[in-house]
Amino acid sequence: MGLETEIPVLTTTVEKMVQWARRSSIWPVTFGLACCAIEMMAMSCSRYDIARFGAEVFRGSPRQSDLMIIAGRLSRKMAPALRRIYDQMPEPKWVISMGACASIGGVFDNYAIVQGVDQVVPVDVYVPGCPPRPESLIYGIVQLQRKIAQQHLA
Amino acid sequence: MDSSPLIASLQQAAPGAEFESVPSVDLHTTIYAPRDRFAAIAPLLRDGPSLQFDFLAELTATDFWPREPRFEIIYMLVSTTLRHRLRVKVRLAGEDAHVATVSGVWPAANWLEREVWDLFGIVFDGHPDPRRLLMPEDWDGYPLRKDYPVQITAPVRTSEPLQLTEEDFRANVEKDRLARK
Repeated sequence: MGLETEIPVLTTTVEKMVQWARRSSIWPVTFGLACCAIEMMAMSCSRYDIARFGAEVFRGSPRQSDLMIIAGRLSRKMAPALRRIYDQMPEPKWVISMGACASIGGVFDNYAIVQGVDQVVPVDVYVPGCPPRPESLIYGIVQLQRKIAQQHLA
Repeated sequence: MDSSPLIASLQQAAPGAEFESVPSVDLHTTIYAPRDRFAAIAPLLRDGPSLQFDFLAELTATDFWPREPRFEIIYMLVSTTLRHRLRVKVRLAGEDAHVATVSGVWPAANWLEREVWDLFGIVFDGHPDPRRLLMPEDWDGYPLRKDYPVQITAPVRTSEPLQLTEEDFRANVEKDRLARK
């Protein structure tokens, strides 16, 4: 982009424009599974205020969402439901795996819990912590925005 | 609490049955009841004039593997009218782990027995709805048994069939269409 003349016009490419639009308003689907969801709620509330990064519109319907924040441990019984909600989200879509349990099973190394949600859906950003502080999750969202800014359209 | 009056009225209500009173840490009256006669004893516990255990507060099980008899089922009973409590235990052998359902006596037992069946594999004879409660319906094994492996490496199932037939689905669509008119 550059201001070339006296005329108030910015020039850019379609790709950059689309990347900018996508990363500036990420709408997460409400998918809190366990205690990580409390930190996710804290992140979206006034103290940490994820609205500063344009990702505050948590939607109750996957059909209106771009981002799934998997906040908590995923049980094997829940895995088909998670996959169905992911499949219902329109493209383009991204996934953040929040916390130790969602990423690798955490302390729940047992038969009931999926040892990493990347066995069920493709994950873009892993946020470590047990649970991660809201700042960590904000950093994860900013990392995702950087990733979206580099994704080519075709 | 002195358990002898309770035991006496139990013996009176169910003559011939062997009740074994045992001490417990929390001082609740605790008895062992015979497995084969428990279906007949349960209504007496609820309706006996000096018993009146009208509320089943909890039903659970314990696995003492490799000891035999391996399982114990625990019924926590409360009388809301006479304000007393009773813990009844039933011993079950590992090879012969079944007991009569009490869901006809205390309806609360329905889901509790499903849970015990789901996690321990103890069969409740005559249960009206013997399905798994917590684990996926096609799960293999009973996770709370002591000889069940904690870590398993089975692949994660990521889809499940819609619990609808094609006819049901079409009927739903039609119903929805009519409702929008």
